[in-house]
Amino acid sequence: MNTILTAVAFLILAPVIGILVTGVDRIITARMQGRVGPPVLQPLLDIAKLFEKEKVGVWQAPAVLIFLHLAFMVVTGLIFFGGGDLLLAIFALTLSEVFLVLAAFSTRSPYAHVGAGRELIQLIAVEPVIILTAVGFYMVTGSFAASDIMSFSGLPVILLPGIFISMVCILTFKLRKSPFDLSTSHHAHQELVKGVMTEFSGSTLGMVELAHLYETVILLGIIYLFFVGNPVLGVLAVVVVYLLEMLADNSTSRVKWLPALRGAWLITLILGGGNIIALSLL
Amino acid sequence: MAYLSKSPWILHYDASSCNGCDIEILACLTPRYDVERFGIINTGNPKHADILVITGGVNEQNRSVIQNLYDQMPNPKVVVGVGICACTGGVFRECYNVAGGVGEILPVDVWVPGCAARPEQIIDGIVKALGILEQKRADMSRAEAGA
Amino acid sequence: MIDANLITVMYVELYVELLLFLILFPLIPALILTVLRNENLRGVVVTAGAGICALGSILLLAFSVGQNQLFFTVPAPGIALVMLILEILIAGYLVMVSVKAKQFLVTGFVLLQLLLIGGAEYLGLEGHATVPDLLTDEFSAIMAVIIGVIGGLICIYALGYMREYQEHHKDLPDNRPRFFAILFLFLSAMFGVVFSNNLIWMYFFWEITTLCSYLLIRYPETGEAVNNAFRALLYNLIGGACFPIAILFILMNGGSEQLGIGSLIAAGPAIALVPASLIAIAGCAKSAQLPFSSWLVGAMVAPTPVSALLHSSTMVKAGVYAIARFAPVFDGQVLGMVIALIGGVTFLVTSCIAISQSNAKKVLAYSTIANLGLIVACAGVGTPEALWAAIFLIIFHAISKSLLFLSVGTVEHRIGSRDIEDMTGLAAPMPKVGLMMLIGIAGMFLAPFGMLISKWASIHAFSQALPPFGMILIVILAYGSAVTVFFWAKWMGKLLEVRKWEESIEFQISKAEWAALIPLTALTIIACFGIAPISTYLIEPFLVTTYGPISELIPASNLMIMVLMLALIVVLPVLMMKILIPRRSLRRYMGGVTVKDGLMEGSIGMKREISLSNLYLEDLFPEAGLSKYGSLITIVLFCVLVAGLIGGVL
Repeated sequence: MNTILTAVAFLILAPVIGILVTGVDRIITARMQGRVGPPVLQPLLDIAKLFEKEKVGVWQAPAVLIFLHLAFMVVTGLIFFGGGDLLLAIFALTLSEVFLVLAAFSTRSPYAHVGAGRELIQLIAVEPVIILTAVGFYMVTGSFAASDIMSFSGLPVILLPGIFISMVCILTFKLRKSPFDLSTSHHAHQELVKGVMTEFSGSTLGMVELAHLYETVILLGIIYLFFVGNPVLGVLAVVVVYLLEMLADNSTSRVKWLPALRGAWLITLILGGGNIIALSLL
Repeated sequence: MAYLSKSPWILHYDASSCNGCDIEILACLTPRYDVERFGIINTGNPKHADILVITGGVNEQNRSVIQNLYDQMPNPKVVVGVGICACTGGVFRECYNVAGGVGEILPVDVWVPGCAARPEQIIDGIVKALGILEQKRADMSRAEAGA
Repeated sequence: MIDANLITVMYVELYVELLLFLILFPLIPALILTVLRNENLRGVVVTAGAGICALGSILLLAFSVGQNQLFFTVPAPGIALVMLILEILIAGYLVMVSVKAKQFLVTGFVLLQLLLIGGAEYLGLEGHATVPDLLTDEFSAIMAVIIGVIGGLICIYALGYMREYQEHHKDLPDNRPRFFAILFLFLSAMFGVVFSNNLIWMYFFWEITTLCSYLLIRYPETGEAVNNAFRALLYNLIGGACFPIAILFILMNGGSEQLGIGSLIAAGPAIALVPASLIAIAGCAKSAQLPFSSWLVGAMVAPTPVSALLHSSTMVKAGVYAIARFAPVFDGQVLGMVIALIGGVTFLVTSCIAISQSNAKKVLAYSTIANLGLIVACAGVGTPEALWAAIFLIIFHAISKSLLFLSVGTVEHRIGSRDIEDMTGLAAPMPKVGLMMLIGIAGMFLAPFGMLISKWASIHAFSQALPPFGMILIVILAYGSAVTVFFWAKWMGKLLEVRKWEESIEFQISKAEWAALIPLTALTIIACFGIAPISTYLIEPFLVTTYGPISELIPASNLMIMVLMLALIVVLPVLMMKILIPRRSLRRYMGGVTVKDGLMEGSIGMKREISLSNLYLEDLFPEAGLSKYGSLITIVLFCVLVAGLIGGVL
């Protein structure tokens, strides 16, 4: 019963939280640029509009694959917030990512193709860190299960500083913010048009946006877990990290993928890998 | 519900305009006019766009391109012709290579004359287009429900 | 009371007869096939032979449920002598061919091995009778099913494939009778390897598989094939030399009672660690770990059934099987961790190299080496969870990889190329095979398919292993696993990049090929659903026998989630294909200048075709550079291992 309640709560609340977070993001970004910005609920209006559009596409496969992308993003969240095994949640997240990449490839469009390639490069940069994060939590709390980690009373970040920094770095990739918005971006007119998203329209794009909302909530949840013993500190940390991301987004331009990948691997290997290995020796 | 008019995404295309109107359109995005208040985003991608904002008189090389862009936009969609060149061809109307306005190729919904059209007028035009967009959406959903 | 005992005795007799049957039966089709030139008759013999092997192995699996580990002595006194004579004959043949081909290193190692095993046999001849020759348990039975069922399917596939192969390569000699005969000889030898308890027996069958591999790689008889065959032979002989050294060590230290796997493991790490590590070196060579990997990559010149059977699902599994057998000895040992690191480094380096390859068989080869590295890592760690992961990795890798090799072979014959770039949009002209390839690839790296579940289990296992090695392995696994997603996902994407619907060219595919492809695809999915029962009825009892009581490996809730995810992956696409149909089909966006699909209008009105190729990142992951550095690191690790062994001996 408990799990069903959590599941329903996640299904409904996560998009709401995601919409609010993204909405506030756009307003603060606008203020940083001296503008007023859209209303807070604009992301909701965007997604609702997308579902009102004509159901069109290049052919049938992209829409099906995007649906699977959304479905497994939801599954990831359900596993994570339902207290399941963190590694299983991560692998479900990878599965969801791969469906997005396959959907972009299946359109056989040049921009989507290059975007999908870049998305895979991002994946190489991001994936190791998330796995190491899960292992880090295991080493601190003694369990891979999210339910056990959530009931941990300490602050994992104290023992996992390197992993935390690595996680914040790759969060930039995941949230599609500069300087690592390689495969697609919220900003207008990118070098790849819309990159991975170029050929998705209408309800397909709506599903992608919805999946992104779920993903944002899941990732912020992982950040929160670093401070799980102190809920106030946790929420504060999430807010600060997100503000940092926005600051980076608005003040940097995109890095080329090769330095991005090399830099990510170097930093995360030294900080994250070093953290884990050092912890095992303590 | 009126989601389309609350979140209209535009595709801006220069069909052999002198760029005067284009600069004014882009000015609408700047802090002074800030059309993102209305949820307007300038996407560069027809598949994501609701409103096609075209400037310029359309020459021979542009014909197939704007037809392409228009086709790749999902319904409901509107076309806004900005500047006198988009409306009638402007001072270039009699040129051998100019089609004489966007209306010659696409079904335009809103005309915004001017040389260059002012941002205030452009915004007015787009707001008018939103009404038409909503009307088209209502027609579309009625047709789908009936079909 | 008496009746129950009688039944048990009869049961046990049936058991050992089944083992001997599986080892000896394939020799019959092998002999018949050497003289059979008629294709239809050959088809009958191969299909019957494969079918009987498959059924026999499944029967063995059924028997092994609920049975503990059993040991048997074969009641035939002259067998040791027969084996020795055969080994001398094989050595003589190899000396002959290697001298003729001026491959003197090979000659040297053949003679070295002969010397060593001769000495070992001489020393151990008296103790032969005290050691049981054969063993059987759930692990052997699982390996037997892989050999029998997957091996059998590949043999059937080869009927269709080789017919076309000879048609395409009219310049190459048609040695198909010999080809199929060696396939069955190989099956026999493999059964021997997995049922052997006596190390001298295991070594005998092991070297026969090396011989078969050499003969099959050189089948095309081109210069390249001959060279690669000798390289494979050389590396496997180098590794295989460790077997007699291990046997000699046991004879000089523990006495011949420990010459059996069961008794050796029971004797504990003090006695068993050195021979187990030596056998692990042999296993690493057979499983093409760095720095031995080049033989497997070179072996891809052989016809695809050979690559599928020997070099991905079966023979190379013999290497990791041997290491996994001794996992309890490596548990908690630093030397075990060194072996694990060799596997781990191989996993990371070869996964990276696979990114820069566009030849499909080379991608599969490097991926095979990588996954074998992961199995070696699990076996080296040696804890029950790690061994659980290792066995599941063996099962799922065998199924998925053979499916992939067979599909690549079929595709190659249809489109005339094995380059992934030529497989763009293959889902259109070859929808069924394309789908099978997609399932095979998904089975290699996607949740909730088996390989990923095994990887997940191995992370759990490594996190509890000897610090800090366990964590080093996890870091290696984390980065390597991300890299594997890259090259698999881009291959899948390539298959789906359909430009326009073409007519299917699949009608040309022979029945033999379908007969193998379809069951393997079904097996990929069914085996994933079967993780829970396989674990409960087969693997966990085996682990309890080997380690004693063990804690729960995967909580039931997680297994349920996996099954749910699997169900979703199977059901949702089919459902959504009917619902999510676009009302209008749009052209791709190419800056607005699409003329007709796939064509864009360039300057001066020129129409240009778009060609999209994948990322290969050769500068980031160069094959030569990575092989060199990977080999360097693993050579250092091997030196550490050998130093540790010498230190342990002294």
